[in-house]
Amino acid sequence: MRYYRTVPGTIFDICNYLFLSLFALACILPFIYVFAGSFASDVELTRRAFFLIPQTFTTAAYEYIFSTATIVRSIGVSIYVTTVGTLINLFFTVTMAYALSKRHLAGRNFVLNLVVFSMLFSGGMIPTYLLVRELHLLDTYWALMLPGAISAFNLIIVKNFFQEFPTELEEAARIDGCSDLGVLWRIVLPLSAPVLATFTLFYAVGHWNNFYSALLYINEPAKWPLQVVLRQIVMLSQMAAGDLNAMDPNFEKPPDQSIKLAVIVVGTLPILLVYPFLQRHFAKGVLLGSVKG
Amino acid sequence: MKRAAAMTQTGASQAAVRTGGSTRWGRLWKNRWLYVLLAPGLLYFLVFKYVPMWGVLLAFQNFSPFHGFWKSEWVGFEHFRVFFTNPEFFMLLRNSLILSLYNLIFFFPAPIILALLLNEVRIALFKRTIQTLVYVPHFISMVIVASLTYVFLTTEGGLVNELLDKYFGFKISFLTEPEWFRPIIVLQTIWKECGFGTIIFLAALASVDVEQYEAAIIDGANRWRQIWHITLPAMRSTIVILLILRMGDVLDNGFEQIYLLLNPLNREVAEVFDTYVYFMGITQGAFSYSTAVGLFKAVVGIILVVGANWTAKKFGQSGIY
Repeated sequence: MRYYRTVPGTIFDICNYLFLSLFALACILPFIYVFAGSFASDVELTRRAFFLIPQTFTTAAYEYIFSTATIVRSIGVSIYVTTVGTLINLFFTVTMAYALSKRHLAGRNFVLNLVVFSMLFSGGMIPTYLLVRELHLLDTYWALMLPGAISAFNLIIVKNFFQEFPTELEEAARIDGCSDLGVLWRIVLPLSAPVLATFTLFYAVGHWNNFYSALLYINEPAKWPLQVVLRQIVMLSQMAAGDLNAMDPNFEKPPDQSIKLAVIVVGTLPILLVYPFLQRHFAKGVLLGSVKG
Repeated sequence: MKRAAAMTQTGASQAAVRTGGSTRWGRLWKNRWLYVLLAPGLLYFLVFKYVPMWGVLLAFQNFSPFHGFWKSEWVGFEHFRVFFTNPEFFMLLRNSLILSLYNLIFFFPAPIILALLLNEVRIALFKRTIQTLVYVPHFISMVIVASLTYVFLTTEGGLVNELLDKYFGFKISFLTEPEWFRPIIVLQTIWKECGFGTIIFLAALASVDVEQYEAAIIDGANRWRQIWHITLPAMRSTIVILLILRMGDVLDNGFEQIYLLLNPLNREVAEVFDTYVYFMGITQGAFSYSTAVGLFKAVVGIILVVGANWTAKKFGQSGIY
């Protein structure tokens, strides 16, 4: 036991538990509010200022959103960029990390220094933008996936993880005639599944949340990912104009507030759904172990 | 002796021929697949990280996309001169520094305090639940955070203003009035990053020997003394390292966060170097000038990190290199 019960100690504990509960509540309450509000009727939204459980229920806002070409298209873009982009991330990161995990490789230290230095100093926003422009990648999906293909931080953690593999495994495989590629593909990768899963999720979340790249490199509205459209709708109050439903006189457009809340839910839900899987790896300390190594 | 030496020599060269692995080229060939694996990533770093580094030379040119890099005229420090004599420079410097200062004073201690509080929790289930909940905001995009801020603080139907109006009869224009900008930024940062930020401190705390606490109890230490003498020192090196890194970031203010809340009405306090580079460079096409501004920022950052690291070492801490 770390301590024996005292009155001041118990008071502290009660206050502590209370405070932590309130803070945790503050972290998730906004989502509950937005979620609840997106299903409430416009009458209720104006009548009740704050609620967590709606008294009315309507899916009008969602029906509107998913019938709007702009929003649906941007969701498609985001899904595409997240899927393909994460695959690109994994390919580049895992191959390089594996190669760099071999201490006997000539030139390894030089390359590692290159990587570490790039974390400390970079060309900056403008030179990178001009490079993307020179490579004719502006207004392409590549511009959303290539400039961030490898996170140096992730690379180093994965490399450290590969370094921890016992050499006996590899030697045993070599005796059976396995090549370098074979070892990677047949032995190392299957055993690395949990770590790879963690980084897949990290990269995927990064892609889904990415606003900066789209802001800089994409000017064509059809290619905007969800985050850009989300911002336009909520913060610039530019409701998706020009879609078919808006022109149908019989269709009642839900109030702006409803649409905004619903769009926020759409932008947040994938992350929240994926979160439990991310969290599990935290709890296992996989990440911490690699960081410490 | 000579015969033995001659034999080993022949043996060695025979071995070399057999395995092909003891010459330098032999080793490279043996590892050829590893180099193949290395190639894509290396190419990425060279193209997307190192080529733009040379791009800082643009700051010394009057770069015109029409002429390209090699044919644009060189103007030396002209852009820097223009930048430093521009009245906006002091506004940007002031805004950047004040935001970083607020960040340091209000945000930096927050994860530390939260980690300390979490560390005092006895019930494992409660601790895990709280942790699960407070990590969530970190994974939400900045756009969503800004959207939530907007939805809560706007004067048109925003939650806070509706409540203010109902019970007190007035509204506050949080999003447009300059004096609210900095507090909102700080609160956003705390909400988003405080929970996740505890991880690194909790990791440091987890490595503390339980026996130290037991010894302290035997010596009669109460909770506060335990925290002061055991828990806090355990976090000290982590705190110092993070402080050093934060020094290097003092002119970095999180472009996305500020860009999303920036508008003509709060520009006076909101505009910082990062957004200035964006507006000058991307929106207005003043490539060389904005690169100069970016370079200034990067150089200051490096000087500060090196300086902070040196200072930390002077005081006996380990520093980051």
